[in-house]
Amino acid sequence: MSKAGTIARRTFLIGSAAVAGGVAFGVFTARRPFANPNLAELPTGTASFNPWVIVDSEKVTVIATHADKGQGVFSAQAALIAEELDIELDQVEVSFGIPDKAYYNRATSAAMAGFPLYDNSTAAESVRGLVGSIAKLALPMMATGGSSAMPDSYDKLRQAGASARETLKLAASQESGVPVDQLKTARGAVILPDGTELPYTALAGVAATISPVVDVPLRDPGDWRILGKTMQRVDMIGKVTGTMEYGIDFRTENMLHATIKVNPRQGGVMNGYDASAAEGMPGVKKIVEITNGIAVIADNTWRAFQAANAVTFDWGPAPYPAEQAEHWAVLEGIFSDEHLNAEARVEGDVEAAEGEAISGEYRSPYIAHAPLEPLNATILVTENRVDIWTGHQVQMMVEQMVAEITGHDVENVHLHNMFIGGSFGHRLEFEFVKQAAEIANQMRGTPIQMTYSREEDFAHDFPRHITMGRGTAKVKDGKVTSLDVQIAAQSVMRSQMGRMGMNLPGPDAQLHEGAWDAPNFNLPNLRVRSYLTQKLAPVSSWRAVGAGPNVFIYETLLDEAIHAAGADPLEERIRLMGHDVSVKVLEAVGELSNWSGADLGENRGRGVAYGFSFGVPVATVVEVTNTDRGIKLDGAWVAADVGTVIDPGNLENLAQGGTVWGLGHAINSEITYADGMAEQLNYHAHEGMRMFQCPPIQFRALENGANIRGFGEPPVPPSAPALGNAIFAATGQRIREMPFNKFVDFV
Amino acid sequence: MKITVNGKEFDADVEPEMPLLWVLRDELGLTGTKYGCGVAQCGACTVHIDGMAVRSCQLAVGDVAGEITTIEGLGTPEALHAVQEAWAEHQVAQCGYCQSGQIMAAAAFVDLNPEPTDEDIDRAMGANLCRCGTYPRIRAAVKTAATKLNGV
Repeated sequence: MSKAGTIARRTFLIGSAAVAGGVAFGVFTARRPFANPNLAELPTGTASFNPWVIVDSEKVTVIATHADKGQGVFSAQAALIAEELDIELDQVEVSFGIPDKAYYNRATSAAMAGFPLYDNSTAAESVRGLVGSIAKLALPMMATGGSSAMPDSYDKLRQAGASARETLKLAASQESGVPVDQLKTARGAVILPDGTELPYTALAGVAATISPVVDVPLRDPGDWRILGKTMQRVDMIGKVTGTMEYGIDFRTENMLHATIKVNPRQGGVMNGYDASAAEGMPGVKKIVEITNGIAVIADNTWRAFQAANAVTFDWGPAPYPAEQAEHWAVLEGIFSDEHLNAEARVEGDVEAAEGEAISGEYRSPYIAHAPLEPLNATILVTENRVDIWTGHQVQMMVEQMVAEITGHDVENVHLHNMFIGGSFGHRLEFEFVKQAAEIANQMRGTPIQMTYSREEDFAHDFPRHITMGRGTAKVKDGKVTSLDVQIAAQSVMRSQMGRMGMNLPGPDAQLHEGAWDAPNFNLPNLRVRSYLTQKLAPVSSWRAVGAGPNVFIYETLLDEAIHAAGADPLEERIRLMGHDVSVKVLEAVGELSNWSGADLGENRGRGVAYGFSFGVPVATVVEVTNTDRGIKLDGAWVAADVGTVIDPGNLENLAQGGTVWGLGHAINSEITYADGMAEQLNYHAHEGMRMFQCPPIQFRALENGANIRGFGEPPVPPSAPALGNAIFAATGQRIREMPFNKFVDFV
Repeated sequence: MKITVNGKEFDADVEPEMPLLWVLRDELGLTGTKYGCGVAQCGACTVHIDGMAVRSCQLAVGDVAGEITTIEGLGTPEALHAVQEAWAEHQVAQCGYCQSGQIMAAAAFVDLNPEPTDEDIDRAMGANLCRCGTYPRIRAAVKTAATKLNGV
């Protein structure tokens, strides 16, 4: 390491401790930052002030490590740095960087502290600080998930930009002899009082010898140039010209293509196979065994697909119930104390509460993630190192898992993270990377690009968990007086962590999220209990995770109660809420949609629902008409409070997309198992929403919340119950189970 | 087998039943055209043959009669086609994986329908799946593109 590097590293260690904290509870070792990984192989004359900014004589590079699967975080991270660095987005190169613990996610632990995310009390913040410190010490994980990228990045990346800017000003002062306080910065240059511009790139060599300036105050949002305004995303031109390189588009010399066939009964073994018909097919290079299946390696993806389809198999049974009806029966059987996951919320006494009782049972099915880019990974295993080209949300864990398969030290396993053609939780999983590693390890020296066929991607999706809810509401004197909600499901986290070889002890809060943390402070009697089983198909985080099914259960039951009380669905929700930030969100969606009640006359109706997830209150109104061709969606209105808006245009895109996601799957998507296998293997059987079903969607963002929040997932949960409630208003038919097209037709 | 792609002639040494998609992606290295479903359900593989939008995953290369245009031939980052310009103006893409196909479908469509209504757009674009749900912006961008191209 260069002398400059050593100096920079030491000062960074001291300096960043001051900015990382903010919570008095952490111990010193937890507050000490990790070393800057860019310094390890930094060429002479190149400056890296912290893990996120590198300047050399040619360019300014900003490191944006959060995985981008469409949510726009690549661009948003660059913008956070560029704002304080005084450089324009089209002047920087943005890179996913090198996986390293310096980039660990500080925000994912916030939800584990046991307090609802709207609780900003000293007690809640203190425990969050402590949990964060423990998480950093025990398992400093790079991860993109749980809508955490913005909370993780907001201060950290602006601070990185500010620190780099002030250090570059020091360098300019040394070069020019002008005192620092007379220097300005703009457009990637330090500007002297006489107007002379010294580009940052010209200052890199000097800056590399200076200890980075730290503890720089951040600018007031009122002074922002880039943030808070609609941006041109840095990935947009690549995506509209076909030049964006996704993992599946990676090409390298001598690369071969592969595909897999693995027991479609998830986790079942392969008893035997016959590949004789496939071996002589055009382009086939080799057929190898992998865990629970085989892989065909060929010179072309389609030829690999064709040959794989010619292999016959003897598959073992599924390690879970073979038929869908048995899955539901498992959930029906666990509403009892011995299966209690948690009594997550108790206000008043739901048993003793007076009033007319309304009860319902609710179901949310398995659903596939099915992003449009099928799972794929390219891996080259050589004697001394392994290179992996794929897009993944848990980067360092990928390197670790591949190292375990190939036997290399993890330091010699290198993930090159790629753009992802949609995830929705799919790219949190490791099976596809492990399979690619098993193949490449048997083909050492040859880069192997493994691609799932769409059918294989559906068959081996770990879908959203099925959920069953039971609830009883009480109403009296035109008001809702009590809600008692029971939720039975699997622990998604346990299923996921089990595949990673880890255990998750204790109750899992995701089983009741979206229900236990719906504020409703003015509801005198409220109880939320969750029940746990693991005896079902393996499942994974699906956009919004537990909040999707749970908000559907909670908000449908609440709507039934409000109807029985004879109250207005929006006004009664506002009355019950008692949480100011959420009240404003409900009022905003009422204003945006010109709410005048659920009933719009014969065959027309509106539904409203509220969902709190990942710290974001969201309210959605959906309007439908019951036509002779079925239900038609006429419009949707969404309001949400994300604390601080970084890019209003992108936020609107996410609000619309999340609403389409929630509505489309509620209408027509489910995975069912028969003979242990998923029955839906392509988009004709699991469609989501098509353009002709998509209503106009209006959005309003509010900024009253105390914390900045991510918005990839929160628009999803309220959309399904808002649609179900609208269908009830238009038709009088209450639908308590998704997908809705099992009960009504849609245009 | 000789095919013309984006104005250039290529000689692909493949069996005639190989879908055009895989000739483009794995033989010619034109990866802008995407594999999504393999059964003409998603539209990510849409290309033009003599200006008409077709699903390249369902078209055997041996059956191609005409000049092929892929997203790479429609426009480039330096010289965007009007539809691509509209897509950038409306910041349509999220993950972007379907957008090559959406743009190719839209480019063929606005060529035939200079003043499309929402219903026309929904009908023409209904077979192109976007899992991210960018439909409201696609509608807006198609209209902008039609206006740009036809000077309305």
